[in-house]
Amino acid sequence: MLSFLIKGVFRDRHRYLFPLLIVSSGVLIMVFMLALINGYMDSFIRQNAGFDTGHLKVVTAAYSRLLSQKPYDLGLLDIQDELATWKAAYPQLDWVERIHFGALLDVPDNLGQTREQGEVVAFGIDLLSSGRERKLMHLDQALVSGRIPSQSSEILLTDSAFRRLALKLGDPVTLIGSDVFGSMTFRQFRVTGSVRFGVEALDRGAVIVDLADARGMLDMEGGAGEILAFFRNGSYDQKAAEQIRDDFNRRFGDMETASSGGTQTGKSAIWEEETASSGGTQTGKSAIQSESSAIRDEYAPVMLAMSDQNNMGYMLGMMQYLLAIFSLVFIFILGIVLWNSGLMNGIRRYGEIGVRLAIGESKTQIYRSLLIEAGAIGFAGSVLGILLGLLLSAYFNLKGMDVSVFSRNSSLLSEDIIYTSVSLKTALSALIPGMLSTLLGAALAGMAVFKRQTSQLFKELET
Amino acid sequence: MKRLFTILLLAFSLALTAKYPDPASILRAIDANTRFTSLKSTTRMVIKSRRASRTVSSINYSKGDNSFFSEYTSPPRDKGTKMLKLGGNLWIYNPGTDRIVQISGNMLNQSVMGSDLSYEDFMEENSLLQDYNAVIEGEATYDKREVWNIMLTAKRKGLSYPKKRIYVDKERLLPLYEQWFSSSGKLLKTVRSDQVSRIGNRWYPKHVVFKDELKEGSGTDYYVDSIAFDLKIPDAIFSKGSLKK
Repeated sequence: MLSFLIKGVFRDRHRYLFPLLIVSSGVLIMVFMLALINGYMDSFIRQNAGFDTGHLKVVTAAYSRLLSQKPYDLGLLDIQDELATWKAAYPQLDWVERIHFGALLDVPDNLGQTREQGEVVAFGIDLLSSGRERKLMHLDQALVSGRIPSQSSEILLTDSAFRRLALKLGDPVTLIGSDVFGSMTFRQFRVTGSVRFGVEALDRGAVIVDLADARGMLDMEGGAGEILAFFRNGSYDQKAAEQIRDDFNRRFGDMETASSGGTQTGKSAIWEEETASSGGTQTGKSAIQSESSAIRDEYAPVMLAMSDQNNMGYMLGMMQYLLAIFSLVFIFILGIVLWNSGLMNGIRRYGEIGVRLAIGESKTQIYRSLLIEAGAIGFAGSVLGILLGLLLSAYFNLKGMDVSVFSRNSSLLSEDIIYTSVSLKTALSALIPGMLSTLLGAALAGMAVFKRQTSQLFKELET
Repeated sequence: MKRLFTILLLAFSLALTAKYPDPASILRAIDANTRFTSLKSTTRMVIKSRRASRTVSSINYSKGDNSFFSEYTSPPRDKGTKMLKLGGNLWIYNPGTDRIVQISGNMLNQSVMGSDLSYEDFMEENSLLQDYNAVIEGEATYDKREVWNIMLTAKRKGLSYPKKRIYVDKERLLPLYEQWFSSSGKLLKTVRSDQVSRIGNRWYPKHVVFKDELKEGSGTDYYVDSIAFDLKIPDAIFSKGSLKK
């Protein structure tokens, strides 16, 4: 019976062509849009993880409270032993240490006097001992001129800063900033190249130096502003990240991680302050104790998942929400169009349905057969749409889509070229709305069958 | 009756005014204590940040309001760093890079060696009489000393602190406690002076606590270990050439 119905549909071009075209175009658009949104999400996660958040991040408790300001003076000091422990505890993660700091870039003239100055954001990353950071920050792809630093005291600038300061490769520049204890600090570098990340927020003015140089400049030997961790398989798993975060904070959250001097000073400073304000009374003391247990060691490590940083949790949630809304809107619109198509079809098949009713087929049987036909068309149209959608997505997966016009004034980290993310899961997720919309259209249009009066059939068939 | 009331009111206000001395004369006396033709001092800044406390020592030379030269002598990381102010310009010499860098623009707002003082504070000229209008708002006792409570408002635009409240020792005519405000009235810094001693014909504090009210920490203690006024200081010190010497 099923094959009879399906043959009937596909032997009558009028029955299948229009709905098939509608469903396949709709599914094509949906597959492409899903691939584009997923591609954007992947890019967004990859970009933010690589440049800023990691899949997980370890900072001090004090640093975490001012996370967006990246207060390296509240960073982790002398952390190498603890880092080795964490690496052993979480072998599924790759770890990188970074220091972000604001500085003044001073360009001298031939006499060593200031020729140009500009404020920059500096990234202290491990450029020399491994190629991991080069990969995470896409440095090789981002290189516009020159080369990546290969030895100490070399610096990369973003291309816009490089041009603005009228620099040439090999020019000496001086970074001026404050060390972790507030002293003014200077360090001389030689420009080896310029980079463009395609991320407006970064390209405005950033410099990249080796982590060891940054440590030396900022008096942070063995330390880091933040330590980023990445899943070794490269993809972000929010549930796993949150589990690791909770476990880490339970196991290591109260460890004395900062240099003992720093930690001690921090603690005693709090005590002195509180004692002074309490006036040394008993009530004051108990207040101090409860306050102290809440504050604990402000230089103790705290692990944050990507979703805990920069509103990323909200952004990722919004993306999922957007996808669900998009699917619902798609089903609704396509359902309406196919309802209309079903009604048109109903008019064309008015006589046929009348005859079928007249020879004794029940209305429910006819309605069911219409749904089966719609299901067949929906399936065929969805499969066709998926194939076409995959082809289109594959094209943009290779070539990419330039969206720089949307990110020009944005401070969000997003790539200017978005590559669609093609996956079987994405494709199959469009199959259900494709089928559902066709069935919805047929179900609505087919209701007309139940309005036919058997007593009127012959009269209708005479006309 | 009305005339009598007016006369009484006038007399009362005159009596009130007469209660306080001329504020300009107080500012003049303060300037006489704090301004100089030249100065040489050795000082220590104890900078207490959230993380640690450290002491920065320096030897300083000044000529009038416009010329200032300072060389840091400790800690080792800062030793040899020199700072020169000439009029409206400020240069820093860093021995590690052997570079002289001009500090300008936003950098002037930065803290000096992590202290509660900014470079802009160093750039300020010193005369309260020239820069501020004063109103005596009352009397108080501060640190067991009788003080005038004086509100200062800037006479000209461009001052880092358009409003200041100073509590001036009535006898020694030296501010013991100062509050420095923005034009909107936000408290930016406080300055506490103590260990006031007689140096020649002036009163001068040997210990000053600067507190940047916009940042955490308990302030910067500024100790004057030795000071001499109105010396002959060679002009060559106040030149860019002296930075690299």
